[in-house]
Amino acid sequence: MSSFQGFSISEKEKEGHSQEDNGHVDTKEEIGDYIAHHLKDAHDFHLFSYTSDSGERKHVGFSLPVIIWSSKGLVSFMSSEFHHDDAGHTIVDKKGLKFTKIHSKIYELDANATAVSFDEEHHATNAHKVLDFSITKSVFGILIAGLLMFLGFFSLAKGYKKGAIPTGIGRVLEPLVIYVRDEIARPNIGEKKYKKFMPYLLTVFFFIWILNLIGLTPLGFNVTGQIAITVCLALFTLVIYMTNGSKDFWAHTLWMPGVPYILRPVLAFLELVGFILIKPFSLLVRLFANITAGHSVVMGIAALMILLKAQFGTAGATGISFFLTLFLMVIEVLVAFLQAFIFTMLSALFIGMAVEEHDHTHDH
Amino acid sequence: MDIFNDFSIGLFAMQAFILIVLIFLLGKFAWKPILNAIEGREEGIKDALEAAENAKKEMQNLQADNDRLLKEARAEREAMLKEAREIKDKMISDSKEQAQVEGDKIIKQAQAAIEGEKKAALADIKNQVGSLSVEIAEKVIKEQLSDKDKQLKLVEGLLGDIKLN
Repeated sequence: MSSFQGFSISEKEKEGHSQEDNGHVDTKEEIGDYIAHHLKDAHDFHLFSYTSDSGERKHVGFSLPVIIWSSKGLVSFMSSEFHHDDAGHTIVDKKGLKFTKIHSKIYELDANATAVSFDEEHHATNAHKVLDFSITKSVFGILIAGLLMFLGFFSLAKGYKKGAIPTGIGRVLEPLVIYVRDEIARPNIGEKKYKKFMPYLLTVFFFIWILNLIGLTPLGFNVTGQIAITVCLALFTLVIYMTNGSKDFWAHTLWMPGVPYILRPVLAFLELVGFILIKPFSLLVRLFANITAGHSVVMGIAALMILLKAQFGTAGATGISFFLTLFLMVIEVLVAFLQAFIFTMLSALFIGMAVEEHDHTHDH
Repeated sequence: MDIFNDFSIGLFAMQAFILIVLIFLLGKFAWKPILNAIEGREEGIKDALEAAENAKKEMQNLQADNDRLLKEARAEREAMLKEAREIKDKMISDSKEQAQVEGDKIIKQAQAAIEGEKKAALADIKNQVGSLSVEIAEKVIKEQLSDKDKQLKLVEGLLGDIKLN
């Protein structure tokens, strides 16, 4: 996590500088900024930028709708109104309110302010954050993943009406569904109860996997590296295993049999902390950290192309960074699957712990 | 701290909403039919395998039955042949015996008849011999009695015999 702080400090130092050289990214600090910026959510879909012959910086991409809950209710406009400004310079006037965007966050300016003023730590002093329900890049990514899942699995489901053996894309998807069922759900939850949790486990598995993979494309998504996303996923798992806990589970968690009475409250406390805090936290941090680290490292290694130019020449630096990045990308493809698998696996394991019934306590 | 600063409640809410919609829609229109279809297919395969196994067993049973039936039929044929042979032998021996008895009986009857005939013939011969003897004796007596002396002599001889007795 210290690296993020590193990024943010350098961001503050470099503030206002990036505009001067037409947004070229060619120093260590700028690369750090660039990576930090990528890791964050964005309000517009930015593919790449270039400098035109006339020396003007052009951004290629498209804007996304901004939907915010301001002091005067719901406000929405297109993100293009910010003109790619991310430093609070551009003010958008809507419903008599002024909005600006600072580090991917939308701020509402105080009633009488016309420009954002910052304190020494670069916090806005006359503006406050608003609830932001925008279709951000991440939400856009989620929608794409959802759409892909609908397309793929509806066609698979439909295929079974024609015959027992799927055709086309279904041939690829069916073994994956069977894999989740037989390798993740059944062994962890148990033959009797696994069916109830299949919709959640399958959805989460494919959701995370597809988003991880989309994150590796040059489209530049970093959805599963958004803490809000992983928190949400972990909370879903938490709610599911807490609401489906069996009598045995609660008995063992809150009043562990076979242990001296004096220890039971202590154990109950530890168990509860484990189930409510530690387990979801391990889920959300593992996914978040793996994806964020993967993205940072791949981008960092790709940036060697720029950093080593002086020592190895353009071709040498590009070659080195190409092969290292290729190598890392292969690992990342594996990680993309692995993290989806681990998240689903652990979710199934925790659910399995909660729904388990101890036969021996009933027998005698 | 940056991480907490990055946490966007709006993104969280959007994600939660979309995820719930995804779980429900996919659950209803994709996962359920997919899993049911896979399960149905697996059941089908299992049943088909079991049916094949059963059919194989049945075939084996049928084969065994056939073999048994064949064996039984063969044994029956064997038994029938044996019985027929026995009956034949018995009939032959029976008729032989009967023939023997019949023959013996006929022979005995013949012997008896011969004996009777012989007795009758002997009796006849005896009668004829008797009458012939009487005739001869008559003629002899008639011859001898034609002379008075001879008659007296004979009477005297006869009387002498009687006296001696």
